Amino acid sequence: MSMEIAIPKPVERENYLNKEYGVWSWLLTTDHKRIALLYLISITFFFFIGGFFALLIRLELLTPAGDLVQADTYNKLFTQHGMVMIFFFLIPSIPAVLGNFLVPMMIGAKDLAFPRINLLSWYLYIIGGVMMLHCMLIGGVDTGWTFYAPFSTNFTNSNFIEAGLAIFVAGFSSILTGLNFVVTIHRMRAPGLTWSRLPLFIWAHYATSIIQLLGTPVIAVTIVLVAAERGLHLGIFDPKLGGDPLLFQHLFWFYSHPAVYIMILPAMGVVTEIIACFSRKRIFGYSFVAFSSIAIAVFGFLVWAHHMFVAGMSVYAALVFSFLSYAVALPSAIKVFNWTATLYKGSIHYDAPMLYAFGFLGLFTIGGLTGLFLAALGIDVHVTDTYFVVAHFHYIMVGGAVMGYLGGMHFWWPKISGRLYPEGWARLAALIVFIGFNLTFFPQFLLGYLGMPRRYYDYSHMPEFQVLNVLSTAGATVLGVGYLLPMVYFLWSMRYGKPASDNPWNAAGLEWKTASPPPTFNFDEEPIVTWEAYNYEELDAPHKQEVPVAR
Amino acid sequence: MSEHSSSSPLKMYFAVFFALLAGTGLTVFAATLDLGPFNAPVALTIATVKATLVALFFMHVWHASEKLTKLVVIGALFFLLLLLGLTMTDYATRPWS
Repeated sequence: MSMEIAIPKPVERENYLNKEYGVWSWLLTTDHKRIALLYLISITFFFFIGGFFALLIRLELLTPAGDLVQADTYNKLFTQHGMVMIFFFLIPSIPAVLGNFLVPMMIGAKDLAFPRINLLSWYLYIIGGVMMLHCMLIGGVDTGWTFYAPFSTNFTNSNFIEAGLAIFVAGFSSILTGLNFVVTIHRMRAPGLTWSRLPLFIWAHYATSIIQLLGTPVIAVTIVLVAAERGLHLGIFDPKLGGDPLLFQHLFWFYSHPAVYIMILPAMGVVTEIIACFSRKRIFGYSFVAFSSIAIAVFGFLVWAHHMFVAGMSVYAALVFSFLSYAVALPSAIKVFNWTATLYKGSIHYDAPMLYAFGFLGLFTIGGLTGLFLAALGIDVHVTDTYFVVAHFHYIMVGGAVMGYLGGMHFWWPKISGRLYPEGWARLAALIVFIGFNLTFFPQFLLGYLGMPRRYYDYSHMPEFQVLNVLSTAGATVLGVGYLLPMVYFLWSMRYGKPASDNPWNAAGLEWKTASPPPTFNFDEEPIVTWEAYNYEELDAPHKQEVPVAR
Repeated sequence: MSEHSSSSPLKMYFAVFFALLAGTGLTVFAATLDLGPFNAPVALTIATVKATLVALFFMHVWHASEKLTKLVVIGALFFLLLLLGLTMTDYATRPWS
């Protein structure tokens, strides 16, 4: 007679992913981590829609003749690409996904201050997104993402009102996220977690939230004014009715320039965390990096009219705005120099998140320095409305913000999913993204400097620009592959990836002191902080030990 | 909550509400008068008084003890000033206007 020995089945630890199952447990959740994942899925969807438009733009520009789409369609392609990527991908990307997931955990809180408002912000985002999708399906909009008056108020016959309303609604989603972060960071920090001990990711999100709270209502008001002039013929921007078209640009850029910082500041926060971890050092000049985030948020509101130098504004005011635009480079430079000083004599590890952080450092610096060209009144006249501006903007937004987002996704993926991704593939993807990005956008600097205007679908009268355009389109294809790869191996890792330990990078920070994936309320016991941020001198080097944890 | 209800009784809410209605009436009346260059300043003054009443009483700023609330109000006013002030650097210095 044989005895059966009962082998105990490993018990899966309860976490935010397995606590509840079913569609409603997700659609009605108030858990910040689940809402972060809802955002992750939604913004990825919109990223691919915006990417599809970009692909069509690049295909059209492969040849000098306008032979793929018609002029009107091309106008709609670049408009929808911009609107989708800015309002439905970049602005919510890091704050709504990584910020939502990490802000409460990094400060030792159980959730955000207003969990239901957090869910409401996702629903507003989805309502805005559905409106934008509907707008595209019934013909789209052709005003450019900047929807300047008087074209948007008097002339366009595309669906501007619906697109404007979609942005209006999505804007409130952004305001609510910012509000939640400000209150949470002020009121819900763990005992001992003083402002000077906060991770710089939190400082960056705090600064971002200030911009979201103060700037977004202005774009909402601007959209309402455009709709009022278009629908009710109120004289706001139309000189015939007593308005001023430049007033639109003042109002639009008062939000939309700081919006660039909504997109880049969180990426700076991500990169700060990664550089400290993979250099095994405390961030050089912690206070300077922290306050430079606040300085960027405030200075960012003082520079908007550098978008209007050739629009007919006062040259004296232009001089003031030019000076202020140079000033905003200072806090950005403080960050870059401090990151570089952190690397100095650090014990550097070249894991995938760090490769993205290196990419960010170089590309953001190029993007930032070319921004100074545009802040200079004389050069700005030469390159306004050329591909130079397109290249500069994409070096900041794609080279900076998207690189930061991807770096952050790789860094915190073990925490989010509880699984490890294949490191080799991830390093390869980082390399492909870097090469593809530069191949796509560096030729655009040259094109712009040589005089190729943006928003032209046909450049058959200047065929000498084709070589650089072919390079750019080829680069876009490489970049597309680079973006698809992480999506594939992240999905793969959720099923087949090795289980991650609680702290696979041996990183500092409260989020690494809880389980991977974390329990619903983040910590079994409220943490008490007695140490400074980035105490890497007390931690060992990163060890990607694949220790199976109880799951 | 109890602090709010004791220091902001229903009577005051109604008083503010009727003050806002009176302000709206005044705006409509002012729109029927031709005050020349004072048309906009008068309308903006009435609107500012109304917005202040809403913020102070309906949004509880008057009784707020939280530093965060004060920070938000001061911050919002500061940024509004930036918007108006820096925009005016353009309008006030256009040589052709």
